[in-house]
Formats: sequence, structure tokens, C-alpha cells
Amino acid sequence: MSLMNVFNISGTAMSAQSVRLNVTASNMANADAISSSIDQTYKARHPVFQTILDDYNFGETGTTGGVRVAGIVESQVPATREYQPDNPLADEQGYIYRPNVNIIEEMANMIAASRNYQTNVEMIKASKQMLSETLNIGR
Amino acid sequence: MNLDNIFGIHAKAMQLRSYRAEVLATNIANAETPNYLARDFDFKQVLQSVADERSALKVTRPGHIQAGDAELMGEDLMYRVPEQPSIDGNTVDLQIERAEFTRNAMQYQASVRFLNGKISGLLRAIKGE
Repeated sequence: MSLMNVFNISGTAMSAQSVRLNVTASNMANADAISSSIDQTYKARHPVFQTILDDYNFGETGTTGGVRVAGIVESQVPATREYQPDNPLADEQGYIYRPNVNIIEEMANMIAASRNYQTNVEMIKASKQMLSETLNIGR
Repeated sequence: MNLDNIFGIHAKAMQLRSYRAEVLATNIANAETPNYLARDFDFKQVLQSVADERSALKVTRPGHIQAGDAELMGEDLMYRVPEQPSIDGNTVDLQIERAEFTRNAMQYQASVRFLNGKISGLLRAIKGE
């Protein structure tokens, strides 16, 4: 039954988008987490989405499918170095390191993820309505 | 009396509509997947070919094979031509997909109403009201 598959498909999209929201929250929470060495500084993370086409749960023909998080990659932008000799975390030269999190980019990501999540909730609602009307045929 | 003849094209249409809902849901789920290409099928053409196949393969003897129900699905999928190509290779336009999904849902419900009308007509005939 194809309409049942819409639940699976939109469900995977919702879970993928919630992973994205989690990652964004982690980035924003650590945006000001300074450290005294460049290796220990938090790096911004971003999920990479991938289509699921090989799962038997979705469509008999393998032509429709949901989405999954294929992996989470760390941003390669170098951490910013700042001269703050008074900071207790400063290294011998008096420098601290700030994470490479771009707050504006993260805000945009957050809005996109939550909008996409909402869209998929709407899809499930619409399919639910279609299904319940179908169940009422002939009543 | 064959129920298939009474219900006409609506059963097939609903099957195709629900498959199309699935295809469009896939597009929307993958709205932000890099290199994903949005897909859809020409409803009119596929429904026509389903209807033709049913009339072409008449079952006149036991042992004849009935025309398949959902075998056409899959190979009729085509790629959507993007209006605004994006740099990550994704061709899903969320507005178009949502509009098409809503249209598809309404047309599905129209088929449901038609079926309901036929069934209540039949019931009235059976009861002799």
C-alpha cells in the first residue's frame, strides 16, 4: 500500500532533520567554547544527507525512498586565534582559540531544518487524511 | 455483474495516485539531499497505458494470466526539469512538490467520493428504496 510508505518516507526525513537540528544545537552551544590549543578547539559539524533507495521497506520497485544521515563532517575552516593574555586558558604566547562556528550559518541551518521538518509533518497529516477517507469508502 | 466495470477507472486511478503520493513524498523528504534528482510520472499517460493493458489482456479461459496490477510502476518515472538549479546538484523545488502533492491528494479524494457515490447508488438499488 503506497500511502503507508509515505509515513516511512516522511518519518526518515523527520529523523534526519532532527539529527541536523541536534548538530546545529551542538554547534551553537559550543560557539564560545574557547581553548588553549588549536587541536582541542571545537570544530563545527554538519550532517550529510543521502537517499535510501535500497531498503525493502520502501516501495516494491526501489524507486522511492526516504533519506538518512550518511555521516557528519567537521568543518575544515581553521579556528580563529585571539590575543587574550589575561584569559586563564591562554597559552604561553597569550593566545586563545575560538571554534570555527559561524553563528549566522547555523541560524540559517536551524530555520531550514525546522521548516523541512514541518513540511514532512504536513505530508504525514495529508496522507493520514487520504487513508482515513479510503477506509471510510462505502460507510 | 462485474464490480470492476461498475467502479471503472477509479480503482486504478487511486492506486496510481497513492503511488504518486509516495514519489512526491520521496522528493520532499530529499529536498536537501545533495545530487538528488526530483522525479515524477505523467499520470495521464500511465493511467492510459494501465487501462489499455487491462482491455488488451482479456481473460477468457481458466489458466490465462491476468494483467498485473502494479507492474508498470517504476519504469515510468521521469526526472523533473529544474526551474532553479542549485549548486549541490539537487533539483527538488519544494513549492512545486508541495503543490503537486496537494493536487494529487485532492484528486485522490475526488476518486474516493466517486466510489462512495457508486457504492451508495448500489446500496440503494439493493435495498429497493
